[in-house]
Amino acid sequence: MAKFKGVDYYDIDTLLSEEERLTRDTVREFVDDQILPVIEEHTRNCTFPKNLVPKMAELGVFGANLPEEYGCAGMNNVSYGLIMQELERGDSGVRSFASVQGALVMYPIFAYGSEKQKKHWLPKLASGEKIGCFGLTEPDHGSDPGGMKTKAVKDGDHYVLNGAKMWITNGTIADISVVWAKLDGEVHGFLVEKDTPGFTAPEMKGKYSLRASVTSELVLQNVRIPAENILPNVKGLKGPLGCLTQARYGIAWGAIGSAMACYDASLNYALNRIQFDKPIASFQLVQEKLANMVTEITKGQLLVLQLGRLKDKGIMKFNQVSMAKRNNVDIALTIARVARDIHGANGITDEYPVIRHMLNLESVKTYEGTHDIHGLIIGQSITGIAAYA
Amino acid sequence: MNIVVCMKQVPDSETRVKIGADGKSLDLSSVNFVINPHDEFAIEEAIRLKEKHGGEVTVLTLGPDRAENDIRKALAMGADKAVLLRTEGDFQGDVAIALAEQIKTMGSDLVLFGKQAIDEDSSQTAQLVAEYLDLPCVTVVVKLDADPAAKRLTAEREIEGGTEVVELPLPAVIGTQKGLNEPRLPNLKGIMAAKKKPLEKKEPVNQASKVETVGLELPPPRAAGKMVSQGLDGVPELVRLLHEEAKVI
Repeated sequence: MAKFKGVDYYDIDTLLSEEERLTRDTVREFVDDQILPVIEEHTRNCTFPKNLVPKMAELGVFGANLPEEYGCAGMNNVSYGLIMQELERGDSGVRSFASVQGALVMYPIFAYGSEKQKKHWLPKLASGEKIGCFGLTEPDHGSDPGGMKTKAVKDGDHYVLNGAKMWITNGTIADISVVWAKLDGEVHGFLVEKDTPGFTAPEMKGKYSLRASVTSELVLQNVRIPAENILPNVKGLKGPLGCLTQARYGIAWGAIGSAMACYDASLNYALNRIQFDKPIASFQLVQEKLANMVTEITKGQLLVLQLGRLKDKGIMKFNQVSMAKRNNVDIALTIARVARDIHGANGITDEYPVIRHMLNLESVKTYEGTHDIHGLIIGQSITGIAAYA
Repeated sequence: MNIVVCMKQVPDSETRVKIGADGKSLDLSSVNFVINPHDEFAIEEAIRLKEKHGGEVTVLTLGPDRAENDIRKALAMGADKAVLLRTEGDFQGDVAIALAEQIKTMGSDLVLFGKQAIDEDSSQTAQLVAEYLDLPCVTVVVKLDADPAAKRLTAEREIEGGTEVVELPLPAVIGTQKGLNEPRLPNLKGIMAAKKKPLEKKEPVNQASKVETVGLELPPPRAAGKMVSQGLDGVPELVRLLHEEAKVI
């Protein structure tokens, strides 16, 4: 297949700096060389390509927008977004790994941790020496994290944690879990190292989506951790929600990558697939599908680029992130489904990337705030009325 | 070791080139530019030599402002600084003289080139620069070992049907060939560091070239294929055509 050249209907490249373009092109080449050749096999076998972790670390993708003093690249948020876009052009599961490591593990340690926690963990997480996961969602509390049952109790110079978490990306392979639990009725973050007695992280099986990513439960039964493992600088739901804002920002960019992969595959397929003696791209129904795809991708690109500029100025609002996550994942999923359609019967095989993206995006639509919940966040921001319950 | 890498920015090999209105230059609008692929081996080798022996790597490019994109990429890979001999429009001067005059001011131990640029395929700039600098020159190099203390280089070069091993004193000029190394991708920290590395822009020495391009032509469009017949029935006719028309069997 021809090398991916990007989708840029509106000369959006002219809005990017030289550094941002070089970052995007570098990660694009990495995805072509390292991810695309192995991803279908891992998806088929339901295995995470763990050997990519040191390679992604060497490239510098983990926490790429965090400061250099902690071993990170210190890039701006637009560059970070472009990294997520390209990784997800490879696979949503691989991008999920990077999102969790950077935005849900490194970010809370960076934003809420002690200097000692930052100095200890951030360089190890940036270098891929350690893998992290983020435990917020519970079996009975998804969209309603405030109702969490996991509890922490102070016991001398330790905390004792009890509870269960579910749908935790990287859980089984994580060296460190950021676990959110209620202490005296208020949500706090705790760092739980693997092999702590009472802590287990069994892998969840049977997924038809994100098959190249590890999804786990976290089970905490009288897990005793040192008191210094609490994240000292945040309490309440704003702690985990602040992390989710970071991760959703990356997802909004990532979804565009998936959409680009599906559009690019569809355009190539439509130009080469001959029916009735001509390429199916010559038919009006197919052209309309492709036109819709490139239009929605272009709108989504402009949405995340402006979002990134706002984030770099420090004035991005979480409800603006909701709009980008909600819209871009939704259009990506629609594009993936239409791409499957354009590919005809071939679209259901893993010879083409579209069915994998389509199935992955079903998860992406639901995780990190469902499509509907983000609608309610936007609704609350414009009406002033919360409609969650 | 102080190493100069001469790098050229060229059209991406997937570009469909068009000839400009003057009939003797390329229409470069809507062309995607990349580092000349052979020069990537030179950049990588220079960085490896620096990592092994210490010193400094300077990228030297003759070209317009847009070349800065690819200079930054070389800096992100690990080169230390760069000089852009800035041109506007089609450079009419002698490229080798312009590069040689600049290199004379730089006090380098080793000058690396890709063995040729994939746009014009002249394959002579390294050799000409070596001549203007009065330095030994080896091209099509697939293995390179430096002994800076002894001021010696050992190089292996591809020749028809085999490999030639040569030794030469430093300073020297080397033209690199595929197989020498696997060029690295820059990493994100390297991209951030590249922003702060010095890039000096200056006018090249412009001495008129004795060779003038008077015209460019595209190859004739490929003719459509011929369908002999389908299935086994077509074989006798196919054999006849291969024998009598194509004369390949």
